[in-house]
Amino acid sequence: MQRCTIRFGGLTAVSELDLHIGGDELIGLIGPNGAGKTTAFNMITGVYQPTEGEIHFGGTSLAGQAPQEITGLGIARTFQNIRLFPSLSVFDNVRVAFQLRQKTGLFQSLLRGAAFKRNEQQIESEVLEILDIFKLGRFRHTMSKNLPYGDQRRLEIVRALATKPRLLLLDEPAAGMNPTEKTELTRLIGFIKDKFRISVLLVEHDMKVVMGICERIVVLDHGIKIAEGSPSEVRNDIKVVEAYLGDKHLKKAAADADSSPAD
Amino acid sequence: MQLGAKRWLFGAVLVALGVSALSGHFNRYYLGVAIDVGISIILAASLNLINGYTGQFSLGHAGFMAVGGFTAAKLTLLLAPIVPEAAHPALFAGSILVGGTVAALAGLAVGLPSLRLRGDYLAIVTLGFGEIIRVIFQTSETFGAATGLTGIPKFTTLFWTWGVAALTVYVVASLVNSTYGRGFLCVHDDEVAAAAMGISPTRYKVTAFVTGAFFAGMAGALYAHHKQVLKPDGFDFMKSIDIVVMVILGGMGNTVGVILAAVLLTVLPELLRGLADYRMILYSLLIIGLMLTRPQGLFTLRRRVDRSRTAN
Ligand SMILES: Nc1ncnc2c1ncn2[C@@H]1O[C@H](COP(=O)(O)OP(=O)(O)OP(=O)(O)O)[C@@H](O)[C@H]1O
Ligand SMILES: [Mg+2]
Repeated sequence: MQRCTIRFGGLTAVSELDLHIGGDELIGLIGPNGAGKTTAFNMITGVYQPTEGEIHFGGTSLAGQAPQEITGLGIARTFQNIRLFPSLSVFDNVRVAFQLRQKTGLFQSLLRGAAFKRNEQQIESEVLEILDIFKLGRFRHTMSKNLPYGDQRRLEIVRALATKPRLLLLDEPAAGMNPTEKTELTRLIGFIKDKFRISVLLVEHDMKVVMGICERIVVLDHGIKIAEGSPSEVRNDIKVVEAYLGDKHLKKAAADADSSPAD
Repeated sequence: MQLGAKRWLFGAVLVALGVSALSGHFNRYYLGVAIDVGISIILAASLNLINGYTGQFSLGHAGFMAVGGFTAAKLTLLLAPIVPEAAHPALFAGSILVGGTVAALAGLAVGLPSLRLRGDYLAIVTLGFGEIIRVIFQTSETFGAATGLTGIPKFTTLFWTWGVAALTVYVVASLVNSTYGRGFLCVHDDEVAAAAMGISPTRYKVTAFVTGAFFAGMAGALYAHHKQVLKPDGFDFMKSIDIVVMVILGGMGNTVGVILAAVLLTVLPELLRGLADYRMILYSLLIIGLMLTRPQGLFTLRRRVDRSRTAN
């Protein structure tokens, strides 16, 4: 991501942001409310096109690509306000991720030949496998909207992983979780990164989570990158401390829901 | 629906064939109603793909039906006199397919530009489309202008109607019950999340529109060769509303419910012929009552089984 800027009318939400994510890296993106973290996600995933600057992923320019094409290239995400498919079962929420990389489409669904059935069975077993890895197997028939909150957050991560990404973007996965759940989530993110050998970009307000697992942290304030470095470097950076002290209501506001289109 | 879907389709077509073979013994009036029922099922099941499963709000189904009906009727009117009698079933089959295909192209034409629109706006555009189609047929000399087409050969039988109805139900059900087809439901639930899962909302919406229009066009062809007269007036937006009511009554995205509603709303007006003038008032009351008491549809018991409570 190079010198990316995005403006909404007069407001510059993100300004000249440079961000490089290497293979297998776990990077934290932090900053006070309204700093532009979700907006950065929306630019990477094609929900918004940057006003200026370019984004490349593995040598491919993402300019002008639609969100579904970017997912196809290997970038998956979760949303700040969970966006599951509420009327679909837990099983189906993950299953739909497989239509992206499967060979059968409309006509095979109608003809229902042997290859189609084999393919559907293959998908079914892969879905059940990944659900079991994340201990969601027993909920497979549950409609996703009836799932407990923490499990909904987990399901959204599983669903993103099922698209077989090389880069996973997590937008405040710990929001609304209790301390036990947060500890478990922290372990889970580390586990995902190792098991699936992917890069992770993590937006999170909970410092314990971020400092605990991230190798490198990027700090945004008012759309501008004010610091970048290892957790200890960032923690002692005077600009970061100022940005956060200036925002006393951080904790409270972090819990507030955000109503922009793709949070 | 997972297992033996094709066997089911085969069985349904056989039943249609059997009943149709015996239809010479039936009362002609009941036979006519049975054909009407089949046509309603085609219309309602195909609209259910657009309005129910994919969550778009189309009010243009009668327009697609008109396109298919007029195209097919014009075709048989031109060709029936010059084609030998023995080839008439083939001619009819061909005209149904052509009618469906032209309607599908119309579906593509409406679907593509209206994709940015949602909800009410899409409803208005599709409504406008339906009315434009009607006006085009009303003014076109080729299609008989306001009088429409008459003397259309009576080709439609119970077999054809129920056969196509079975095919429609099969296609919609198989589409939705596949990994590919779950994408329609995703677009219905959340377009942004669908795109993030690699599902192209545009592609799915256009597919729903084109498929739905194709079957509406076939229904139009069957209708034309059943009634033998086609008047543009018959395809006004009231007709579209009729089909929308079937989908809502049956429960959006519930194929069995929608079939039941199509049967009910085709047979009921026949029983209540005396009240024909009040039909629209009754429909409005029905929908209001339904929305207040059973917003999930009359025939939806519980949408998609949820066994969360039995899992521990
Ligand atoms: N679609 C939009 N139109 C106009 N302004 C927007 C839009 N999306 C985001 N913004 C603005 O851009 C700024 C950055 O918002 P963003 O949601 O990226 O912040 P964030 O860092 O994710 O904050 P939070 O921690 O609250 O989630 C905010 O001022 C927000 O109001
Ligand atoms: Mg945010």
